[in-house]
Amino acid sequence: MKTATSAGTGAPTVIVSRSIENSTPAIRIESLGKEYIIGRRQSRQTFREMLVSVLGAPMQRLRRLRGKVDEEERFWALKEVSFEVQPGEVVGVIGRNGAGKSTLLKILCRITEPTTGRVKVRGRVASLLEVGTGFHPELTGRENIYLNGAILGMARTEIAGKFDDIVAFAEIERFLDTPVKRYSSGMYVRLAFAVAAHLESEVLLVDEVLAVGDAEFQRKCIGKMSDVAQSGRTVLFVSHNMAAVRRLCHRGIVIESGRVREDRNVESAIASYMSGVDSGMEGDIQPQVDGSRPQFARITLSSTAVNFGDTLIINAALVSPIEVSVAVEVEIHDEKGIPLIYTSTAPMGDALIEVSAGLEKNVRLAVGPLNLASGVYHMYFWLIKPGAEIFHVIREPIRFRIDLSDPEASGFDFKQSYGRGACYTSIRVIDIGEQ
Amino acid sequence: MPSKEESLYEEYFGHGHITVIESSKGWRMLDLKELWAYRELLWVLTMRDVKVRYKQTVLGVTWAIIQPVMTMIIFTIIFGNLAKLPSDGYPYPIFVYAALVPWTFFANGISTSAGSVVGSANLVSKVYFPRLIIPLSSVGAGLVDLAIASVILLLMMIWYGVGWSVNLLAVPVLLVAVVFTALGVGTLLSALTVSYRDFRYVIPFLTQIWMYSTPVVYSADMVPEKWQWVLFLNPMAGLIDAFRSAFLGKPFDLTAIGMSFAISTVVFICGIAYFEKIERRFADII
Repeated sequence: MKTATSAGTGAPTVIVSRSIENSTPAIRIESLGKEYIIGRRQSRQTFREMLVSVLGAPMQRLRRLRGKVDEEERFWALKEVSFEVQPGEVVGVIGRNGAGKSTLLKILCRITEPTTGRVKVRGRVASLLEVGTGFHPELTGRENIYLNGAILGMARTEIAGKFDDIVAFAEIERFLDTPVKRYSSGMYVRLAFAVAAHLESEVLLVDEVLAVGDAEFQRKCIGKMSDVAQSGRTVLFVSHNMAAVRRLCHRGIVIESGRVREDRNVESAIASYMSGVDSGMEGDIQPQVDGSRPQFARITLSSTAVNFGDTLIINAALVSPIEVSVAVEVEIHDEKGIPLIYTSTAPMGDALIEVSAGLEKNVRLAVGPLNLASGVYHMYFWLIKPGAEIFHVIREPIRFRIDLSDPEASGFDFKQSYGRGACYTSIRVIDIGEQ
Repeated sequence: MPSKEESLYEEYFGHGHITVIESSKGWRMLDLKELWAYRELLWVLTMRDVKVRYKQTVLGVTWAIIQPVMTMIIFTIIFGNLAKLPSDGYPYPIFVYAALVPWTFFANGISTSAGSVVGSANLVSKVYFPRLIIPLSSVGAGLVDLAIASVILLLMMIWYGVGWSVNLLAVPVLLVAVVFTALGVGTLLSALTVSYRDFRYVIPFLTQIWMYSTPVVYSADMVPEKWQWVLFLNPMAGLIDAFRSAFLGKPFDLTAIGMSFAISTVVFICGIAYFEKIERRFADII
């Protein structure tokens, strides 16, 4: 009998009681490493690029020849990663962007090979790295269910047996014979998630898929995920959504610069991760823009340290391939990752921001007054069409700090670390009497 | 007791099997068993390519007829009527069409499979399966067009009074050889295109040059006897010539066919071996 670590929040302790002699781990990772060579690659992409670099920058080449810059810059995305996951465990993998989480998942589902070390996985592996992998826009919903299922490794009979469940889960009955290119992005994601979620496997690898779709569907996804988690399957769940990690996982692994920094129960792992991210306070984020949909091109805080009651000024650059009307939503979470504040530029869908095709729209936003305790906060940004579509979610938080929180100017500093909450509101004595 | 089929499925997709993931070095053997376990995916992807090919076109699958027939008409006017190339005593249209049917399959096969892996970047970087399935399905999808074009050819033979001979029985064997050559060249080009996108631009020239060095518009007999061995170093030369013999009922040139089979086999092995060698790096460089 093996007992998995229990979460500190009173979540039930999971007893994994597979057959007694069968205590081999579901996943065993032994000093795994993945090295990428960066820098050299670009010069080999096309012959023309090579020509351009030869003709256009001879000086640079000369400098490079003289200075002997190491062209083969080596970069270890993962280094000496070792851990085991027992059958039935639900493990959250957390870490900043670029920490190596996705590389780890890519190795586990055999998309890329490790450079060193090895992994042993028992049973069938299903991965939800990106929903809708292999969907073909010209094919109908029905055809895509079979196509996607086959790509994920399901036998035709297996898909046929689950077909009705998939369709019902995705809520696309009426559009089953419509090409998916005519689907709304919500329908598309629902269908894609439904197919992947119905694949029966011992090991499930999930990467950030829950951050898509509308709120209703996200709830449904989390529900499905907890069903999976409770059904005794092994789950490795990568996310920036600490609330989801806390809810689904019992154990948390923090990955930092390609190494395992923390491996313990989920609460301590989240706390450790949150304290780790606080050390770097940039207040500036530049997501990769691929031009496929309306996106944030840049978000900058005018200041990352403010005081109680101040208003935070945010500069956001928006881009879009087509003309759209959008709204920006902001979430503020405390240092434990608990959501505290929600706000939107257009809660009722009015006063939308117009973004023209191909032009960068700069928006200045003022959030506040922030009646918050001193400490660190995480901000998340959503670019949406209210009630219709989510275009872009920044999952890597922007951090800011409340330096001083003295709401009543009485010399008292209200701190998050007191554990008494993070929001302050005034309280007044309006009547006093004696009997 | 589970059947052999089921146990194979169990081995690759089952609930008890163990996957070991580690770095592999150098050349490796093609895992035929794994490929077989994934045959359903091969079928699904092939059908996807077939279905998608003529979606949202007005003429639909008629294009599979129009393309080779138009090429035949153009070649007949230019090479048959204007240049007056000899056609072994057969009407030029049927002479050229008998070669165009396998050639078009081959040329389309190598050009679609060459871009297929890069075109499936979203699959390659998101989910595991034997990558070889991608170029295989591209070549496989061309078989439908080939079948349609062949029916036209059989009808033309009746129209021109070229009788169906026993030589037609050789067609399936020749077809297998053409498929293998297309697979060899196609997988090689698809792997090369992943690392060097230059090949995208090379392929249109390659197919044109290759066509003119293959007896498609002219007869192999036009090449002087002592230089014919050079012609038949190109595996497609012997195969196209043999196709023509099969359809038109001419005697086969067995030396040429033998050479073609041998060279096709070598090309096929080289293509697959190179593909397998760099397959594991696809996700990193695509």
